[in-house]
Amino acid sequence: MKTRRIALTVNGETVEREVPVRQNLVDFLRHDLGFTGSHVGCEQGACGACTVVLDDQTVRGCLVLAVQADGATVETIEGVQLDDLRAAFHRLNALQCGFCTPGMLLSARELLRDNPNPSRQQIRDYLSGNFCRCTGYQAIVDAVETVALERLP
Amino acid sequence: MSIGAGVPRDRAKRLLGGRGRFVDDISMPRLLHLAFVRSPYAHARIEAIDCLAARALKGVVAVLTAAEISDAVASWRAEHKLFPTMAAPEQFALATDVVRWQGEAVAAVVAESRAVAEDGAELVAVAWAELPAVVDAKDALAPDAPRLHDHMDGNLAYTAEIAAGDTKAAFERAGHVAEEHFRFHRHTGVSLEPRGIIAEFEPSEDRLTVHQSHQTPHQQQDLYARLLGLPEHKVRVICPDVGGAFGLKHHLMADELVACVAAKLLARPIKYIADRLESFLADVHCRDHEVTARMAFSASGDILAIEVDDLFNAGAYGQYPRTSIAEGNQISRLTGAPYGHEHYRANLTMAFLNKSILGHIRSVGHPIACAVAERLIDLGAAKLGLDPIELRRRNYLHGDDFPRTSVGGIEFEYLSLRDCLDKALAMFDVPRFREKQAALRAKGVYQGLGIATFVELTAIGPEYYGEGGQHISAQETCQIRLEASGLVRCYTGATDQGQGIDTGVQQVVAATLGVPLEAVEVVSGDSALCPVGGGSWGSRGAALAGEAALRAAATLRRNVLSIAASLLQKDPADLDIRAGWVMEAATTHMSVAEIARIGHFQPYSIPDGIAADLTVVERYASKDRLFLAGNGIQLATIEVDVDSGIVTPLRHLVVHDCGRILNPMLVREQIRGGVVQGIGSALYEELRYDNGGHLLTGSFADYLVPMAGEMPDIDVAHIETPTATSQLGVKGAGEAGTAGAVGAILNAVNDAIAPLDATIAEVPVTPPRLLKALGRI
Repeated sequence: MKTRRIALTVNGETVEREVPVRQNLVDFLRHDLGFTGSHVGCEQGACGACTVVLDDQTVRGCLVLAVQADGATVETIEGVQLDDLRAAFHRLNALQCGFCTPGMLLSARELLRDNPNPSRQQIRDYLSGNFCRCTGYQAIVDAVETVALERLP
Repeated sequence: MSIGAGVPRDRAKRLLGGRGRFVDDISMPRLLHLAFVRSPYAHARIEAIDCLAARALKGVVAVLTAAEISDAVASWRAEHKLFPTMAAPEQFALATDVVRWQGEAVAAVVAESRAVAEDGAELVAVAWAELPAVVDAKDALAPDAPRLHDHMDGNLAYTAEIAAGDTKAAFERAGHVAEEHFRFHRHTGVSLEPRGIIAEFEPSEDRLTVHQSHQTPHQQQDLYARLLGLPEHKVRVICPDVGGAFGLKHHLMADELVACVAAKLLARPIKYIADRLESFLADVHCRDHEVTARMAFSASGDILAIEVDDLFNAGAYGQYPRTSIAEGNQISRLTGAPYGHEHYRANLTMAFLNKSILGHIRSVGHPIACAVAERLIDLGAAKLGLDPIELRRRNYLHGDDFPRTSVGGIEFEYLSLRDCLDKALAMFDVPRFREKQAALRAKGVYQGLGIATFVELTAIGPEYYGEGGQHISAQETCQIRLEASGLVRCYTGATDQGQGIDTGVQQVVAATLGVPLEAVEVVSGDSALCPVGGGSWGSRGAALAGEAALRAAATLRRNVLSIAASLLQKDPADLDIRAGWVMEAATTHMSVAEIARIGHFQPYSIPDGIAADLTVVERYASKDRLFLAGNGIQLATIEVDVDSGIVTPLRHLVVHDCGRILNPMLVREQIRGGVVQGIGSALYEELRYDNGGHLLTGSFADYLVPMAGEMPDIDVAHIETPTATSQLGVKGAGEAGTAGAVGAILNAVNDAIAPLDATIAEVPVTPPRLLKALGRI
């Protein structure tokens, strides 16, 4: 099995590891580094459960190889400050089983960074790469909308 | 009072931090991983399995086939004594000589990583002799159809008739008859977290410890003990955070059992996590029914009679331990249940065919029973020239009709059908929609309004599985411990997959005992710690575990007050507990914590004869009723693009009666999530197979699920009619959204295309099906 040594920054920590070249980023984060907050739901880039942030952009952790993250900065749900989004998700019950939630929060964070005042349909469209089987989405949209309004000056 | 408050869930905070503990997040020393060799054929004979190359691969620890495990695990049959004539062929953890569905496991590769296990699985060479497959129930029952099970005469698994009155005579005298032939295609539960298990075996103690993404730890404890020949108290099943379940995770799954067998044979922990393709192929599936039904009306619009013929299939075997009969059984008993009529006949026929096993997934059978009757009502209204809403109201059971045993044999304590309808109409301006609809039609825009009234059977009583011979508890027991600190630990047999039953139980205990919510911690999902219970399925948690919690908390309260009264030299009847303090009218005497301290550390202060137990256990099982029936109505509006065939949901409304509501926020979110699953099965979700039984929809690119962009906002309102059968008064709510959504959407689509002289009775209503119905392709 071919391996390669990589060095990257994950949640502010510098890590160096020897990884199989076929290993994807989310498996590396989960199983080699123990950041199990990113989840694996489909391994084909459809469900969004493995969403992580790679050099300031959300990516599917299952569609990026660990070796592609060599030299990059990676953030996972464990490493981001999202107090207001988390509080709104909690208060409005915008999660049930919580399996999609890390990916959903990271996508919502990116949306609000790029579009601080989104319409409900813009929120729905932006989050349409993150499958949630439990909530029916409305509470998630409510939570993101609430935080957007709270953050407006 | 914490009952009735929309408090958020404690557990959610951890999940929001990315600190959940799902099965695949758990690791342990010397952990091995499992991957399966699954049949590429729907029906084939296994001529030989060559495992040499796989066993030689570096990192592979073992390759197991039926031959290697047959001494270590028993076979099983999906029998149910209430359906004694139902065929129940023998099933094995790994296929022995014949595979009967694509995806059936024939070998298991155990290796040091999942990736190496999958490499090893690719090296297992199976010599197959393909056999002819049947993938449609009608074909399976043809006299010359290929047989799945050699010992049977054909592929008929079960057939039954339920009848009341004289439908033949009623149809003969009917003024109008509405009739339709429906097709409800196969789909599945699609929890975002796939099924998963870690099994550990300690040979010196014969002890099996299982962490599993599952709804029913005690059921699994019993099954693993019996199938592996272990004493039950040596088996412990822990359900950590579960990433969605929806009924999908309350069955015995052969591949998960193999993980337990491998752990026992190898004495090392074994992890198996289904991948998404395995989930689509090998999870239990649901629906896949062909229903012909008709409804007879008097000239003035009274429903006289209903006839239903349901043809469906169990897949290749019956699902264990609950069997695959429930969908057909619900459809045959529930179709038209909200309506008063005396003449009823339902026939159900269940076949075996070459697909994965049909199981119990959210709202088992209900969406079909609802959609069939509600569509017939709309068709009947058109024939009668009556408003479909008024036709419903006219025929609803109401007032003095209750209590009633339905023509389908279901007992209804009370159904608030008219109240739900009135509330829905107050929330949605139907005449205004009709005006807008007409104006839009003139412009070539086709919108539709659909209504579906549903009855939801919740909180199943002990007779169904008790008499059936299954080891499935319908009784719930609650243990409450007042710790020495004065804080409370509560152990329930219900399990929480995100729906929030832990919070519901916490609210009941806090309110009943008289302590703050944060003074109560609920422990669930552990077969060794928690009292034997049924877990969570069938909308049972709040009604059954909630009632058990109420009873246990009431007993603990009585004991705390007895101790307090003794210490204070008061009459316990004059004392109360509020916010964690023992009070006498407005006077605060002592804290519950003080009583706990005395009760545990200075018990000599309490005279003999005082009920001083600070750990109490109470139970609740319903008697003489099979179900608690909830009811409700859903109203959906949609827009059909007649050029593309795409249906866009616009607005969705639910008015529901689940009795007393413990937590309105959590109930509302259960209903919304259920509606969206129902919209998924109405518009998108389908497991399509080719004629050879090969799955064509094994990924999210082919099997579509509802995403945020397509879904509407969903308004939810309630009528609260507490059940008198328990002190708490709760009926179930978890499946209500799914039960009515398909019927509402199907009626809305038909309303939209009615001016084009088109109808459709096949779900999911995909663009190709709709364009075909419209004559466009």
